[in-house]
Amino acid sequence: MEKQMFTDRFASVFGTESFFKKQKRIALKNCGLIDPENINDYIYADGYKALGTVLTKMTPKDVVETVKASGLRGRGGAGFPTGRKWELTAQQESDEKFVVCNADEGDPGAFMDRSVVEGDPHTVIEGMAIGGYAIGSSKGVVYIRAEYPLAIKRLIKAIDDARKENFLGKNILGSNFSFDIEIRYGAGAFVCGEETALIRSIEGLRGMPKSRPPFPAAKGLFGKPTLVNNVETWANISSIIVNGVDWFSSIGIDKSKGTKVFALAGKIVNTGLAEVPMGMTLREIIYDVGGGIPNGKKFKAVQTGGPSGGCLTDKMLDTKIDYESLMQAGSIMGSGGMIVIDEDSCMVNIAKFFLQFTQDESCGKCIPCREGTKRMLEILTRITDGEGKPGDIEKLEELGNVIKKASLCGLGQSAPNPVLSTIKNFREEYEEHVYQKKCRAVVCEKLITYTINDKCIGCSACRRACPVVAIKGAPKEAHSIQQELCIKCGKCFRSCKFHAIDKTSEAKEQK
Amino acid sequence: MHTTLHHNQQEINNQLKIFIDEIKKRERSDSHLITILHKAQELNGYLSKEIMDLVAEEMQIPTSVIWGVATFYHYFKLSPIGKYNISVCMGTACYVKGASEVLETIKETLEIEIGETTEDMMFSLQEARCIGACGLAPVAMINDKIYGELNPKKIVDIINKLKEEALEEEKIVQ
Ligand SMILES: Cc1cc2nc3c(=O)[nH]c(=O)nc-3n(C[C@H](O)[C@H](O)[C@H](O)COP(=O)(O)O)c2cc1C
Ligand code: FES
Repeated sequence: MEKQMFTDRFASVFGTESFFKKQKRIALKNCGLIDPENINDYIYADGYKALGTVLTKMTPKDVVETVKASGLRGRGGAGFPTGRKWELTAQQESDEKFVVCNADEGDPGAFMDRSVVEGDPHTVIEGMAIGGYAIGSSKGVVYIRAEYPLAIKRLIKAIDDARKENFLGKNILGSNFSFDIEIRYGAGAFVCGEETALIRSIEGLRGMPKSRPPFPAAKGLFGKPTLVNNVETWANISSIIVNGVDWFSSIGIDKSKGTKVFALAGKIVNTGLAEVPMGMTLREIIYDVGGGIPNGKKFKAVQTGGPSGGCLTDKMLDTKIDYESLMQAGSIMGSGGMIVIDEDSCMVNIAKFFLQFTQDESCGKCIPCREGTKRMLEILTRITDGEGKPGDIEKLEELGNVIKKASLCGLGQSAPNPVLSTIKNFREEYEEHVYQKKCRAVVCEKLITYTINDKCIGCSACRRACPVVAIKGAPKEAHSIQQELCIKCGKCFRSCKFHAIDKTSEAKEQK
Repeated sequence: MHTTLHHNQQEINNQLKIFIDEIKKRERSDSHLITILHKAQELNGYLSKEIMDLVAEEMQIPTSVIWGVATFYHYFKLSPIGKYNISVCMGTACYVKGASEVLETIKETLEIEIGETTEDMMFSLQEARCIGACGLAPVAMINDKIYGELNPKKIVDIINKLKEEALEEEKIVQ
């Protein structure tokens, strides 16, 4: 009965559009359907049933085995087998262990974890309690970005409510198992999503990573064995327990079971979250779920994995979405950012954007990352400024490979990926920038030529905006730009209200 | 989080001390330093040298350590911010949809750079990274309000409107 009610409600909330038809919702199963601030809503939707089952019918070892058998892998980026991690932490002898939920969500352009915490906070709490039982820990910590005030508010309420109902606290549901959760806040540092840095940040320190081993499973928070999993990973646990291993492993393919939530954004018709079964192709998610590219523009690339990932081309659209296939194609699954890029974007500029981000976020502890990304960024800036030199592209490749091999943590090890993958797949665009001083997408400002067309009514707005007095023309008469004076700042373009200024970028003669 | 102007410093300090006293009762209280700095910033608007000294004294942690933590994290502001704090999202989705043009326009209009505040203490400018409104890209957040689907013209209109609002408010106060 309740189930039917739920399906009806799903249809009434979401409709049956193609955006939802191809989705399969596990982590997001309750998002948008239940009132996240009402624990009873969650309980009606089979909530805390898994915790009850685990505490009454399963040993900790059973739980670990179940998660192992399900084939679930970490959704935070690296895809490490979750059950294996639980087993390693469970095997440690210690007077104290910790369970940590990584809700730092650093990828700038993705919000899967935020939506789960905002839409269904109890599923994360339940997952963590089950994890605590499995590894023998009574303390959980959620590390969440301070930039997510609503998620924080709902999580605090959910934890309080769960305590009141004895899903958290002492002797949960009458068992010997006690478990509680506290919240710690991030403060805007991307590297703190990396688990060893995250642990230091919870300890109240500068969030700098440490070399592993020892892994957190052996020596983590306050030096104690610690199980770190991502929000979405936690959100899968209760469904696995309730519906069983066979059900879970029937979804997805080979080595990647279950679903993955993606944040579709960029030049795509349906932006938003989509949870799809592993093994769906990029084409299906972009065109069927995402509705394709708007305004009749041409697809150019899709970026997955955020600042640690890569760009894939139209030739790779039939790549399956699973950890191995994406890796083979030259990108990564990552935490779920998926940015669609059309012909209006410059790939060199996109690569620079990501590198700027990682360069800025490099914590400075190891030299390859701290200095290497700086040098790469200098070269990229030179190229986009029209001052690229022969050999620059090769230098980027060489530097990138060294940084990948020599950096201390995942940030540096993956920072060159956006650059290397765009060089691999869009080398001709780099070459145009370097050798012809041309940006085919007309994005890189210094490679643009501004000209005034016949829509000009002589309002003089551009003339006044120009900082170098390169624009001539009497009021109410067509104006013109003196190219030899133009510094390509773009102020005239932004000041014009009549679309009278054209931007072009053509190949230039080499001196 | 822009509540401070009416309070006097003494009151802020007292509230912070009460908060710290609560924290000190907890296990491994030093590890709550970041939480305390969040509270300090919420109360004071930014982390002044005096506020950090106060935290140092109350927590018995060297100021140098606190300074180290405060400067590591982008979220902590070390100088006062204006009445309207504009954060332009420069996350990937917003960037792809033209966030830099919006940012440039704001810089030109207000004549400030990222991290700066206008002389009249009216506007501060920051970069943000994905505020989770990618569907509305490009977006900016002004104090706690989100403005979506921006373009250079729209953001100038918004800024002008806020200026007018502030003027009105001043008149009422006088
Ligand atoms: C630079 C960097 C940033 C990361 N950011 C996140 C993040 O925001 N959220 C997350 O869950 N994992 C992040 N990770 C991965 C974590 O280190 C860790 O692998 C993950 O939290 C483990 O959980 P999982 O096995 O459930 O994925 C990041 C890793 C690196 C190297
Ligand atoms: S990238 Fe700007 S809101 Fe997400």
